[in-house]
Amino acid sequence: MTGSEGPGHQVQAIGNDEDVVRVRQLVRTAAVAAKLSLVDQTKVVTAASELARNTLVYGGGGEAAVSTVDNGVRRGVRVVFSDSGPGIADIDLALTDGYTSGGGLGLGLSGARRLVDEFELDTVVGAGTTVAVVKWAR
Amino acid sequence: MALKAEQSERLGKLLSDRSEKISKRWAEVAAAPLKGRLTVAESGRQTTELQVQLQKSLNDGATNLDGPQTAELRAVLTELSRGRARQGFTATETATSIFALKTALYEIGEVEKGDEKALRDYVAWSAFIDELGLFSFEAFSRAREHIITEQSEQLLELSTPVVKLWEGVVAVPLVGTLDSARAQVVMERLLQALVDTGSPYAIIDITGVPAVDTQVAQHVLKTVMAARLMGAECIISGIRPQIAQTIVALGIEFGDIATKATLADALRHAIRRGNAGKREA
Amino acid sequence: MERVPILKIGSVLLVSIQVDMQDQMALQLQEDLGQRIVDTGCRGVIIDITGLDIVDSFVGRTLSTIASISRVLDAETIVVGMRPAVAITLVELGLSLDGIRTALNVERGLELLARNAEPDTFDDLDLLGDPETTSP
Repeated sequence: MTGSEGPGHQVQAIGNDEDVVRVRQLVRTAAVAAKLSLVDQTKVVTAASELARNTLVYGGGGEAAVSTVDNGVRRGVRVVFSDSGPGIADIDLALTDGYTSGGGLGLGLSGARRLVDEFELDTVVGAGTTVAVVKWAR
Repeated sequence: MALKAEQSERLGKLLSDRSEKISKRWAEVAAAPLKGRLTVAESGRQTTELQVQLQKSLNDGATNLDGPQTAELRAVLTELSRGRARQGFTATETATSIFALKTALYEIGEVEKGDEKALRDYVAWSAFIDELGLFSFEAFSRAREHIITEQSEQLLELSTPVVKLWEGVVAVPLVGTLDSARAQVVMERLLQALVDTGSPYAIIDITGVPAVDTQVAQHVLKTVMAARLMGAECIISGIRPQIAQTIVALGIEFGDIATKATLADALRHAIRRGNAGKREA
Repeated sequence: MERVPILKIGSVLLVSIQVDMQDQMALQLQEDLGQRIVDTGCRGVIIDITGLDIVDSFVGRTLSTIASISRVLDAETIVVGMRPAVAITLVELGLSLDGIRTALNVERGLELLARNAEPDTFDDLDLLGDPETTSP
């Protein structure tokens, strides 16, 4: 699993465009604290941006919880996005490159998954979606 | 397995009553298998430090190695294991130094002459010392892993020079087996060199690479794509026939990426393209 | 809301993005730039993204759209200054920025624009058979 949660656990509500920017900044700060390389910082911030926008656009808003984690050997950043939106009916389809239900490029979920080390998607149709991602320092 | 409170107390008492004798015997037993690589005095300093911390933990009522009472003991164990790992001792040699306490306790505590209770105590203490040994084993492995990572990072630094060959042309000559981690480092360095030198051409020379697998080929492809996104062109040179066969057999699409037989051909190509651009402009 | 400034330098429009853009800001830029191309008649646009520490699919798509809009308005767009970490991330994300031309820095971008513009001018002159150049 993802190891123990370190200090600096922060929650950011996602209700508009500006919040997406705030999530990016929070994740950037956590990634720097966890000593991720510049490329890995960029990857996890980009993934967070995609997922935060998903939460906003498809989930109708929600929140992102950002924390640093430690598995004893390496440190990392963990971000959990949750919303109480309509949920995802077909997860496989949603994770397919190029599939979109909302006029985007269809790279949000599938692309974000490629940018992180751990990716967990929990969704219940009609109740909401939670996506948890972890990026470890190399 | 945790000690019973009274067993912890009795171990503490034995350690404090016979402190010097145990300390001396522990140091001797611990040093024996190290065959002079550590003197009795040196190994004694380490075991005595452990003994002091162990004593403290037991006085504070520690019955296992998890609680806050043993934090310092754990720190000392970690320090010892880390030091041994750096000095090139094996994990067994390190753990044996800790297990030596069992011999010392057995002899000094005169377990053989004791009753059933004494024997029970000794079994429980042994289990506790095993816990210390395992902890040091873990710490040792972590330290070794750390050393290996450090060394491989240093190796990476050495093995991936990015050089400026010409005005506007940088090159990275790859030598040896390319694993995924190294390919990634090469990629990042090459791209950074493009920015630093303002070079629109990059040559990846793989003359010295004996074999490529799908993953490495993918990394090279990704580098080329990333360079394009940044506005630079990559040329791959020195592809050997076997590697060309692998690339085709693996079904990897090199598409419209420029490939040249030698580094010299690639450089000529880059300079020509660069000049063509300038003449037009 | 903050707007991304668009500078006109000679016959080129220069857009330098320096802040972490909100989505709305990117859309606003898309709109503003189209208007400026028409207003100024510029035929080259350089978008400098040196200041961007990430480009996600939204910004990437906006850049593609800007390039397409410019092309329809007869202007060429060149995106310059993408950081290596951003490029690596975009490749991993699967975004290829089709239809966008790129250069390492503003200087190289200007070179590219100049390279494309000049032959064009000569072609125009030949086709038109401009009396001033054809007759002595």
